[in-house]
Amino acid sequence: MDAEKNKYSIIVPTYNERLNIALIVYLIFKHLRDVDFEIIVVDDGSPDGTQEIVKQLQKLYGEDRILLRPRAKKLGLGTAYIHGLKHASGNFVVIMDADLSHHPKYLPSFIKKQLETGASIVTGTRYVTGGGVHGWNLMRKLTSRGANVLAQTLLWPGVSDLTGSFRLYKKSVLEDVISSCVSKGYVFQMEMIVRASRKGYHIEEVPITFVDRVFGSSKLGGSEIVEYLKGLIYLMVTT
Amino acid sequence: MADPFMTPELVFIANSMKHVLKLLSLLVVISALWIGLLQASIIPQSHTWLLPIYFIVSLGCYGLLMVGVGLMRFPTCPQEALLLQQDIAEAKDFLKQKGVDVGSD
Repeated sequence: MDAEKNKYSIIVPTYNERLNIALIVYLIFKHLRDVDFEIIVVDDGSPDGTQEIVKQLQKLYGEDRILLRPRAKKLGLGTAYIHGLKHASGNFVVIMDADLSHHPKYLPSFIKKQLETGASIVTGTRYVTGGGVHGWNLMRKLTSRGANVLAQTLLWPGVSDLTGSFRLYKKSVLEDVISSCVSKGYVFQMEMIVRASRKGYHIEEVPITFVDRVFGSSKLGGSEIVEYLKGLIYLMVTT
Repeated sequence: MADPFMTPELVFIANSMKHVLKLLSLLVVISALWIGLLQASIIPQSHTWLLPIYFIVSLGCYGLLMVGVGLMRFPTCPQEALLLQQDIAEAKDFLKQKGVDVGSD
């Protein structure tokens, strides 16, 4: 594959990320100096003025590099990706979070891994050497590890980090996989990678670090655990 | 790359089988082996009857071991928080200069 002809569409769903979106755009431009890319911001009608900030960024970096494709209200992650995909002109698509838990400095390693291996999907993993998590207490790490062991045992997914959402896809592969996924939230991320694995797509992993800045709202109550277990059973039965 | 065991028919079955069915098939095979052992009486019957319990307990212990080891070896990156703060400061400086509003939310 001719590396010069590749274009990367980076889809960033946002909701109330007025400050973070500016920081993330700066960092993406900093780390992808010689790469042809565009950033697609899918904002779900943020009341904090995120879209105004994006417009300022467009003046600075160019409307061809930053696309603002908003929606009227909070409609969920899966549909945000589908919405962003419609406007993506690249042959590769990157999905990442807007809150800086995913650092753009890893984007070159995603791209490099894909060029080296020809993989259809490159997914970031927090759980291998070279990767890592900061900001989780012991309980959180325990639940994460327990959930991962359970998922590995029950699903044989072929990746070490199932719920991660920092990924590079060939555009055609993302379109194919996303059309068959129906879950919500992080189970959606799991469903995407498991379905891709079942379909036989070549998946590679790169280590990433994850800085959890949303201290205190670790959102792992009983209901989350139940949702997770239901998600596992759903994936066992349907994939 | 070609696996002589995986004929096109088996590949088709393997690819279209839902995962829960693959697990159940594995369970059926293991159960058949167990029943076979019971009938062949190579091992004394009293021991053979307990094999499923040994199996489940071993599986449980293996699972707990994987969780424990994984927890001990959980990769952390405390330096990343500091690096991130530096990146944020650098970004804010640049953007403020260029007229982008980076007041905190």
